[in-house]
Amino acid sequence: MNSVTVRNLLVRGMLAGLAAGVLALVVAYFLGEPRVDEAIAFEEAHAHEHGGEELVTRAMQSTGGLSTGVLVYGVAFGGIAALAYCFALGRIGRFGPRASALLLAGAGLVAVYLVPFLKYPANPPAVGDPDTLNQRTALFLLMIVLSVLLAVAAVILGKRLAPRLGNWNATLAAGASFVLAVGLAYAFLPSFSEAPEGFPATLLWQYRLATLAIQVTLWTAYGLVFGLLAERVLAPKPARADEEKAAEGRATPVAH
Amino acid sequence: MAQSAVAQPTVTTPDVPAKLPIGAIAPWAVFLGILMLVLLYFVGAEQGATSLVSGEGVHEWVHDARHLLGFPCH
Repeated sequence: MNSVTVRNLLVRGMLAGLAAGVLALVVAYFLGEPRVDEAIAFEEAHAHEHGGEELVTRAMQSTGGLSTGVLVYGVAFGGIAALAYCFALGRIGRFGPRASALLLAGAGLVAVYLVPFLKYPANPPAVGDPDTLNQRTALFLLMIVLSVLLAVAAVILGKRLAPRLGNWNATLAAGASFVLAVGLAYAFLPSFSEAPEGFPATLLWQYRLATLAIQVTLWTAYGLVFGLLAERVLAPKPARADEEKAAEGRATPVAH
Repeated sequence: MAQSAVAQPTVTTPDVPAKLPIGAIAPWAVFLGILMLVLLYFVGAEQGATSLVSGEGVHEWVHDARHLLGFPCH
C-alpha cells in the first residue's frame, strides 16, 4: 500500500511538473524569448565570425526546442520533488498535504534556483566566455547540489533544535545557519563576470529577471497543483474514494 | 498536549499525513530519481561541458531552454 502511495504521488508529481512546465513555458516564451532575441542581435552585430549554417533554426529553437527543454525540466523536477515530498511528508512538522507541497516547492525554488542564481546568474547568448564553460557548468551544478544539501541540513537542524528552542526560534536558527553557510560558499567559490563590453545592462537585468519569473512560475504552480493532487491521494474524500473503488470494479470500500 | 506516544492529531491539525516508510520510497527514488537526473542532464549540460552524443543537435535544439533555465550554455 505504501509503495502504491509513493507511485501515485510520483506520477502526480510528474503531471504537476508538466502542468507547471506549461505555465513556465508561457512565461519563458513571452518574457524570455524577446530578451534572447535582443541578445542574439547584439551578438551578431558584434560577431567574431559566428557564421556557418544553422543546425536548428531560431524559429524552432524558440518554440519546439524551448518547449522540449522547459517541459522536460518541469517533469523531471516534478518527479524529484514528489520523491522529496514522500520523504518530507509527516517528517517536517505538522503540515497537511497541501501546505507540505507548497513549502517543499518554496524550498525547491530557493535551493535549486535562487541560491545558485545569486552566485551564478543566468546568462543570455553573447554573455559568457566559451573557454570557461566547463568551469561554469561544474560550479553551477556544484552550487545546486551544495545548496540542496545545505537546505536539507537546515531542515534537519531545525527539527533537532525544535524541542529545545521551540518551533519559531528553531526555524530562525536553522534559516540563519543556512544563510551563513551559503554566504561562505559565495565567498569562497570563484565568480565570473563575462558580459562583453557594450552589452546593455538593462537587457542583462531584464533577461535575468525573466529567468527568475520562469522559475517562480514553475515552482509556485507546481506547489499548488501537486498539493491538490497529493491531497486527493492521501486523504480522499469518502465520495471520491467510493468512486475510485467503483471504477476498480469493487462495490465495497476497502479499509487501508 | 498529546497524552499517548502515538501521534495524536490535535484539533488544529486534523489532517497531518502519516509518514511513508523509507523502504517504500527508496526503490522509486533510486530508479526514477536517476532517470529524472539523466533527463535534466540532457536539457542542461549535454554537448556543452561534456558530450555523450556527438554533434551539436541536442545542444542546438534545447539552446533557448538551456539559457532561460539558467544553465551555462556557451
